[in-house]
Amino acid sequence: MSGAGRRGAWVAAAVVAAALLLVPVFEPEKFTLQFMTRVMVMGLFAMGLDFALGCGGLVSFGHAMFFGTAGYALALMAPGGEGASFWLSLPLAMGVSALLALAVGALALRTGGVYFIMITLAFAQMLYFLVHDTRFAGGSDGLYIYTRPDATLGGFKPFDLDNVQHLYYVVLGCLAAGFALLAWLKATAFGRVIEAIRVNEERMHSLGYAVFRHKLACFTLSGALAGAAGYLGAVQFGVVNADMLGWQMSGTAMMMVILGGMGTLWGAALGAAAMLGAELGFQSLPVLHFAGHDVELGKHWLLWMGVCIVGVALYLPQGLAGLLSRRPRTEPADD
Amino acid sequence: MNSPRGAGSLVKNTLLLHKSLVTLSFFLIQLLNSVQYGLLLFLCAAGLTLVFGIMGVINLAHGSMYMLGAYLAFSLAEGLGSLWLALPVGVLLAFAFGALLEKLVIGRLYNRPHLHQVLLTYGLILVFDELRSLVWGDDVHGVAVPKALEASLPLTDTLSYPVYRLFMSGACLVVALALAWVLLRTRLGMTIRAGSVNGDMVQSLGIDIGRVRRLVFAAGVALAAFAGMLAAPASSVFPGMGNQVLIVCFVVVVIGGIGSVKGALVAALVVGLADTFGKVATLQIGGVGVLPELSGLGIYLLMAAVLVWRPQGLFGRGVP
Repeated sequence: MSGAGRRGAWVAAAVVAAALLLVPVFEPEKFTLQFMTRVMVMGLFAMGLDFALGCGGLVSFGHAMFFGTAGYALALMAPGGEGASFWLSLPLAMGVSALLALAVGALALRTGGVYFIMITLAFAQMLYFLVHDTRFAGGSDGLYIYTRPDATLGGFKPFDLDNVQHLYYVVLGCLAAGFALLAWLKATAFGRVIEAIRVNEERMHSLGYAVFRHKLACFTLSGALAGAAGYLGAVQFGVVNADMLGWQMSGTAMMMVILGGMGTLWGAALGAAAMLGAELGFQSLPVLHFAGHDVELGKHWLLWMGVCIVGVALYLPQGLAGLLSRRPRTEPADD
Repeated sequence: MNSPRGAGSLVKNTLLLHKSLVTLSFFLIQLLNSVQYGLLLFLCAAGLTLVFGIMGVINLAHGSMYMLGAYLAFSLAEGLGSLWLALPVGVLLAFAFGALLEKLVIGRLYNRPHLHQVLLTYGLILVFDELRSLVWGDDVHGVAVPKALEASLPLTDTLSYPVYRLFMSGACLVVALALAWVLLRTRLGMTIRAGSVNGDMVQSLGIDIGRVRRLVFAAGVALAAFAGMLAAPASSVFPGMGNQVLIVCFVVVVIGGIGSVKGALVAALVVGLADTFGKVATLQIGGVGVLPELSGLGIYLLMAAVLVWRPQGLFGRGVP
């Protein structure tokens, strides 16, 4: 990237960060703040997925299992009225997701290409049915989180997760931390190896790199970040259900990454904002009266969403990031 | 000598025999069910695996074609007055729809990364689901079993087997055999098989590979729709049916080896067995049955086991 481009990127990042920090200061409506919190939760999820998908070239169609698992972990950790400790439950929930990603990755990474897509999908469905059809995790009703996690640390309570503004800042902080971690990792030798494996796996293998282990580490880390997002989502909504693990959730996250632009990390967050914004827009479409029939445009918002997805896949394969950076990105490696 | 004791054991033996007959018929019913389910799965999975084999396209919207078939059966059977008329008309409509879909959308996906294919066909699922909701609504519908097949075959005093399910198995078997004949014994099948190995070579030998691809895709859609139409009277016609079948078909295709029709057949039958017997087997732990609750899991565990053993599936040519 040229010097001017790099400076431009820093300016853009600073402007976006400042804007996000200042949003609650203007005391917007509660709905707006909650919506933006949701966007950032999904942005973190999509960013985690992008690390596997865009950087590592691992097309996972089952990332919702890591997202949902962390949410369920929180719900099971605080079954009664007492809230779990935020500082304990967040790393624990992420750890559970990471362990699951390690196990699934160890099996699924034995294959590649289209097998990998189908296998990750099938594992996610397996977990979905396990949760949906058994009683131990609330079955199809899901589980409620009656009390949000408590952030008290040594007698001092830095923030209160019941407060909408506080939650907004906590989620923003997690998003920023996740972005910083992944951006740093991308720049390290580890990140370079991962990207090189995406581009040419055979060459990296013959150069002596432990390809399988690098891919597994990438997948596990990606799963842990998806878990962090799932945890925050569960905190925000106070309820977890099997849909969090479902394949529609995986598809949505994947769509966000591709819509935003793969491999850029910030593109994934942009994609989440664009997609949830579009969802909100489509849902508020009016009811048309046409030849004596009521056509509820808003009720069928998924139709417009589907048409948009098809359009993006056909005409905008580089995503929004491709539009913004104007630099032709190389095609993602695909085997 | 006819001692009371002997008479007692005779009664006991007769009872035992009766019980084992019931168990045997129960077993037979489950076996028939699993074969029927497996063959139905094969019809769906065959299209999925063929389309991948010859075109390299992973089509998530394949399950929607199964759903489309079931809804077509519902509407056509009502409109034409009989399932016998609805079946051929529906298959023709589905074939034409498949050809159109290939021409308009799927045809643009060749040589694109799998990711774009997944994305586009995922978008198609949403579109088809909502169109279905617009045209047919979100209610669950039923399709009447044809008069001629309404009967049940009695097996014991209490157990019987519906004739329609036998008809389903028979129809699936006929279609499967016809498919095998076309693929293995005709010039067209030879072209298709050659196309799945090296499409460019087939093209340079003077065969229009584009037409072969359109034909294969449309045939895959017609097969899935046919399966959906057959299933409609036996189960019901409901909104989520396509996605349910799609995921199971993925399991079948992965177990069998992607691109292999033979693998799809074997895997479909195995998955049918695992699913059906997983649902009736019971495992008691502390007086509480746990297995039926987890029956949805069985086929995925099977898939995981196969992948550990053979990552490319049973009949796969290697990881594509």
